Amino acid sequence: MDSLWFDIYLPLIWALLIGVAVFLYVLLDGFDLGLGILYPFTKEEGERDQMMNSVAPFWDGNETWLILGGGGLWVAFPKAYAVIMPAVYLPVIVMLLALVFRGVAFEFRFVSKPNHRWWDIAFIGGSTVAAFCQGVVLGAVVYGLPVENDQFAGGPFDWLHPFSIMCGFGVVVGYALLGSGWLMMRTEGPLREKAQRWAMPLLVALVAFIAAVSVWTPLVISEIANRWFSLPEFLYLAPVPLLTLFFAWLARRGIARGKGAMTFVPSVCLFLLCFVGLAVSNFPYLVPRHITVWQAAAAPESQLFVLLGAIPLVPIILIYTGFIYWTFRGTLKPGEGYH
Amino acid sequence: MDIDPVILARVQFAFTVSFHIIFPSFTIGLAAWIATLEGMWLATNNDRYHLLARFWTKVFAVSFGMGVVSGIVLSYQFGTNWSRYSEVVGNVVGPLIGYEVLTAFFLEATFLGLMLFGWNRVPPWLHFLACLAVAVGTTLSAFWILSANSWMQHPAGHEVRDGIAYPVDWLKIIFSPTFPTRLGHMVVAAYITTAFVVLASGARWLRAGIATEQAKTMVRMGLGLLVVLVPLQGFLGDASGENTLKYQPVKVAAMEGHWEQQETNEGPMPWVVFGWPNEAQERNDFQISIPYLGSIILTRTLDGTIKGLKDFPADERPPVAVPFFGFRIMVALWGIMMLAVIAGVVLWWRGRLFDTGAYTRIVSQFWPIGFCAILAGWFTTEVGRQPWVATGILRTADAISPVPGESVLITLILFVMVYGIVFSSGVFYINRLLKKGPVVPDTPEADVSGLRPLSGAKDAGRDALQPGE
Repeated sequence: MDSLWFDIYLPLIWALLIGVAVFLYVLLDGFDLGLGILYPFTKEEGERDQMMNSVAPFWDGNETWLILGGGGLWVAFPKAYAVIMPAVYLPVIVMLLALVFRGVAFEFRFVSKPNHRWWDIAFIGGSTVAAFCQGVVLGAVVYGLPVENDQFAGGPFDWLHPFSIMCGFGVVVGYALLGSGWLMMRTEGPLREKAQRWAMPLLVALVAFIAAVSVWTPLVISEIANRWFSLPEFLYLAPVPLLTLFFAWLARRGIARGKGAMTFVPSVCLFLLCFVGLAVSNFPYLVPRHITVWQAAAAPESQLFVLLGAIPLVPIILIYTGFIYWTFRGTLKPGEGYH
Repeated sequence: MDIDPVILARVQFAFTVSFHIIFPSFTIGLAAWIATLEGMWLATNNDRYHLLARFWTKVFAVSFGMGVVSGIVLSYQFGTNWSRYSEVVGNVVGPLIGYEVLTAFFLEATFLGLMLFGWNRVPPWLHFLACLAVAVGTTLSAFWILSANSWMQHPAGHEVRDGIAYPVDWLKIIFSPTFPTRLGHMVVAAYITTAFVVLASGARWLRAGIATEQAKTMVRMGLGLLVVLVPLQGFLGDASGENTLKYQPVKVAAMEGHWEQQETNEGPMPWVVFGWPNEAQERNDFQISIPYLGSIILTRTLDGTIKGLKDFPADERPPVAVPFFGFRIMVALWGIMMLAVIAGVVLWWRGRLFDTGAYTRIVSQFWPIGFCAILAGWFTTEVGRQPWVATGILRTADAISPVPGESVLITLILFVMVYGIVFSSGVFYINRLLKKGPVVPDTPEADVSGLRPLSGAKDAGRDALQPGE
């Protein structure tokens, strides 16, 4: 299978597919991690039940996109996977352990009542630390990893710098905003009003983080500065900040009017824009400025074999995921749950 | 101080995978059992099955959650701790894991929501389909992970170019020579594990006088399945051993503690009952053996012999003690299971199954037996294929990430702490659920009679779960 077509386009299709999986993960698990981040802001037992119940049927499916993102990276780009994972070893493992805590909290908190205080803490800590670590990993990869001879060649703390830490906080704030939007859409009563109050400062903070990353990135990474500020790329990229402002304005309007969907959807669009911005700035690199999608690609026959399965299976997965969301549609009143 | 990352990474993987395997091996059988109960409820309209299905769904929820979170850890450990492995065999093993995610993980994780929370949201037949989807998902997951593992045990359908494995024939890769017997052996082991938990819980409730009718159903169903599966497992295990002898002879030599070279070892081969493998002197200390039995078991003849450990270069032999003892523990546990099944069948036949106190007391303690046998078996097979991570392609010691030993040590300590807290809590909660048992309503519909169906069901769920009321 030496055809040029396969060599060029298969890796691109896979990069797109993994991008979609990671974005779906951020969208779906983002809001349910966000609920854990918002958890400490209400002390009301009933409201905490309501928050958790609103995602209890979905969280497990949501988290599976993380396996598809990570597993997909291994399947399609083993060389990138083998460089990135050791480079961000500690934050990835801490993220996994945080997900262990928050994942079991869904069931443990319920079965341990009334002695569930520690599982509340596990849910808050697990959600917040997992979100933070995801931002740190993203920041570390974008900032650049030490690579020699296609292998990671740095130390255990090379991922730790102000840029990655800021990205970590940015993701925490962003997920919390998604969580607020979700609560505004899916709950009723005092919790809904609280979510509306939380959303505005979170939106302001998220826009501030986006602005900070946008200014900081070209300052420290000259390759990205060159790409952004040269013609004609500048013209292609110019809509990205303008659209960001537009969606921020939409989200602000949604929050002010108390419309859940009009808060959630523009917030998701903000994430999508950041995502597209990152992808465009770093293309065609998977490990920025070291390994491209083509250099990292698995054997074409391996990529093709899984792609042929993914073409029918991913739409089927989306259909039955949609069906589950549809089954549990509507808003949750205080005191209601699916248990 | 230089810490060897290889040994730490191996300990870490052994630790995380051993914890993980406990939960899938329970939930594979449990999902099938809940689907069966619900199917029987739909077919007979007998509320006894409905109550049992609802109760065991709660147990399922807790153990499935732990299986999911410990499984996500594994899917990332390939990269964090074994990046050379990811690169060298990624072209071949990666797609198998990819198909596991696409066909199994999404199916089980998504329909789990409907299975746990959809009782009053969808019609019973649809809820039954959701249970079936979860059961199919867990079994497909076993299919793909055993396919990947079997390929690593005895690779086929690939070629190695510049030290990297490339796929040649996907069917040969998926159905590698050791795969069918290993899959059968594992799936039956999972069902046996669950059946013993069900049987033990039924016996426990009978003794405590909890939900007596449901408890009898559990004892009958658990024992009924075990009567078929435990003897069947004897044949499957033997077939798996025969397959291993053909494709991984050095592993069998280690399992049997058999050192002698074939040419110097004419005549009947004994079967070692006990011994202490002494790798330095290439023999067993304190050996107790039964003459002829080794030849009969391994070659089906009175005087046949197999290759011994000395037939293989020392650097291609596994550590002997773990497969040797792991195999003996597994077989001994199978023998104990057979005794429990035979005793149960005799009592059942005499009509004394439920009121023989000694029997219910003993089998009520049998819930961990399947888990122990599975762990012993996996230690046997995984240590038995060392020093290779993918036989003939990549040695375990060469599969490691370029990560300093200190990092691996720190994360190992974190894993031990977190898993210690999380999993001991999980086992505690499951035990408490089982100890309390289901609340049998006075009227059949009492548990869903609230004005608002959702909160009514929730209150009933709370009542069933509240401790010490």
